[in-house]
Amino acid sequence: MIYKLRLYVTGRTHNSLRAIENLKRVCEEDLRGRYEIEVIDVLEHPKLAENERIMATPTLVKKLPVPVRKIIGDLSDREKVLFGLDLSPFDLAGGNPSEANGGA
Amino acid sequence: MSYQTDRHMSDRKPGHLEAMETGIAGFDQIAMGGLPKGRTTLVAGTAGSGKTVIALEFLANGVTKFDEPGVIVTFEETPLDLIRNVESFGWDLQQMLDDGKLAIVNATPEPGEAVIESGSYDLSALVARIEHAIREIGARRVILDAVGALFPQFSDSSVVRNELRRIHNGLRGMGVTTLITLERTDEEGGVGRFGVEEFVADNVVILRNRLDNEKRRRTIEILKFRGAPHQKGEYPFTIDVDDGVTVIPLSAIELKQKSSDIRVSSGVAELDRMCGGGMYRDSIILVSGATGTGKTLTVTEYIKAAIRSGERALLFGSEESREQIMRNASNWGADFEQAEKDGILRIVCRYPEVMSLEDHLIQMKRDIRDFRPARVAVDSMSAFERVSSGKSFREFVIGLTSHIKHLETTGLFTNTTSMLMGGESITETHISTITDTIILLRYVELQGVMRRGLTVLKMRGTWHEKDIREYVIDNHGMHIQEPFKGVHGILTGVPTYSYAQERRRLDDMFEDESRS
Repeated sequence: MIYKLRLYVTGRTHNSLRAIENLKRVCEEDLRGRYEIEVIDVLEHPKLAENERIMATPTLVKKLPVPVRKIIGDLSDREKVLFGLDLSPFDLAGGNPSEANGGA
Repeated sequence: MSYQTDRHMSDRKPGHLEAMETGIAGFDQIAMGGLPKGRTTLVAGTAGSGKTVIALEFLANGVTKFDEPGVIVTFEETPLDLIRNVESFGWDLQQMLDDGKLAIVNATPEPGEAVIESGSYDLSALVARIEHAIREIGARRVILDAVGALFPQFSDSSVVRNELRRIHNGLRGMGVTTLITLERTDEEGGVGRFGVEEFVADNVVILRNRLDNEKRRRTIEILKFRGAPHQKGEYPFTIDVDDGVTVIPLSAIELKQKSSDIRVSSGVAELDRMCGGGMYRDSIILVSGATGTGKTLTVTEYIKAAIRSGERALLFGSEESREQIMRNASNWGADFEQAEKDGILRIVCRYPEVMSLEDHLIQMKRDIRDFRPARVAVDSMSAFERVSSGKSFREFVIGLTSHIKHLETTGLFTNTTSMLMGGESITETHISTITDTIILLRYVELQGVMRRGLTVLKMRGTWHEKDIREYVIDNHGMHIQEPFKGVHGILTGVPTYSYAQERRRLDDMFEDESRS
């Protein structure tokens, strides 16, 4: 199953850069080979933000698999990110959450 | 930016901010021109106080009356709900959207979905969306409706507060005039919740919706406009589908009425003579007396005189039904039914209890606007007093009076006094300073017989007779006779007469009888 993720950021702020970094790390660790990330700058594409009713940045939108879900913040709380992506340790009995450390 | 328009500052002193007209009836008068231009004004009120309607009317008027596009940022009601809710006011938001005159930023929470928070964030996306919407349509007016609803969407209210402050500063930088609505929990006390008022404290408007004598009474108060003049205190306002929001500016009403020296007949020839040749055309006449003294007859004569001279007359009945009014009139030889058919008379009967005084005022103004009468009569004015507090009654009378005078129309109000024999009711003291002419009708008990006395107590700007004249009522109408000579204290209800007078009365007794 492919994870289609969209990350809304604001220019190159600290929060934006951290969120991109954190997201990539989580994906490499838990979704290697089955994710697509699209990074959208709300300053350049306010219309997209309007359509998707984005209020905060950074906002991560899990578009697929359904249900669509939004996670706001710089994604520094890994557990919450996994929970939002339906990848929380409880669902991932066979996963290996603490194995890899390098990433991206 | 508004540098070039600064030159148009007309009645504002230098240093005062320019005003942006809201187009809301009466509001621009108490705001002395409108909202501070290019600034943010906070409108706070309890649930149902009319915040959203006022904000949306400000915006809709911008598009329809001033060709100024607007942006709605809605935090509580979805765009669809907003569009539907104000359709009844005749504000076609959908059309404005289609025409590119309006943009809506939907900042309502998505139903059923809890947003997960992971790490630090800000509301730059919302800021970007608002700025984009403003730029895209060239908006001059912005409303942020129900910003309080933003707080529960995020766990950290200090972030929300900071971001609102940023939005506020950003809007100011863009030179748009902004209205922010904020819910209050209480009619009194602090301005609002969440500390929003801390950074939009420059301009604050409070809406209230209190119970007053079992009726809802809405008021609006401009708490402050920094650097701009405005009227102080609370003003009543109404919301209805025909006119939207109407603020009743009362003390702000300009007393600029032209005064006319054209006279019109009261319908009673002798009364006209007592008033120095009739009533002034743009004057307000108060006829005050106890029950049965002939107030309604005076009204009937006054309407008859209008019909006779081909003037349109509008009669507001507040105590009797149409049928009663028609029947009374026909007893005195006036065919009101025919006059209504001819379109020269309109009778509007509304019991005071059916709505609040503010709504009565709006309705009556609308009736006057539609019918364009030369004469207006209210029988009786005092009936309205029993459904209201003294304050709103006074406001009602002032509002109606100024409207009538403004149109250079003659107004005749009746007032029923509670005391049979003279005296003064609360109503009189309320109305008397506002009216131009006061005619008192009184019972006079003389030698055990009830007689009736009439006097012109006051008449602005002209000579008038000061005597108390006896009058009789028969089925031809009112007949004013000779003054009560030598009798004192009629107005206080305790008439006394001198001995000499009594002797002459005895001398004249038989002559009196033969005179019929």
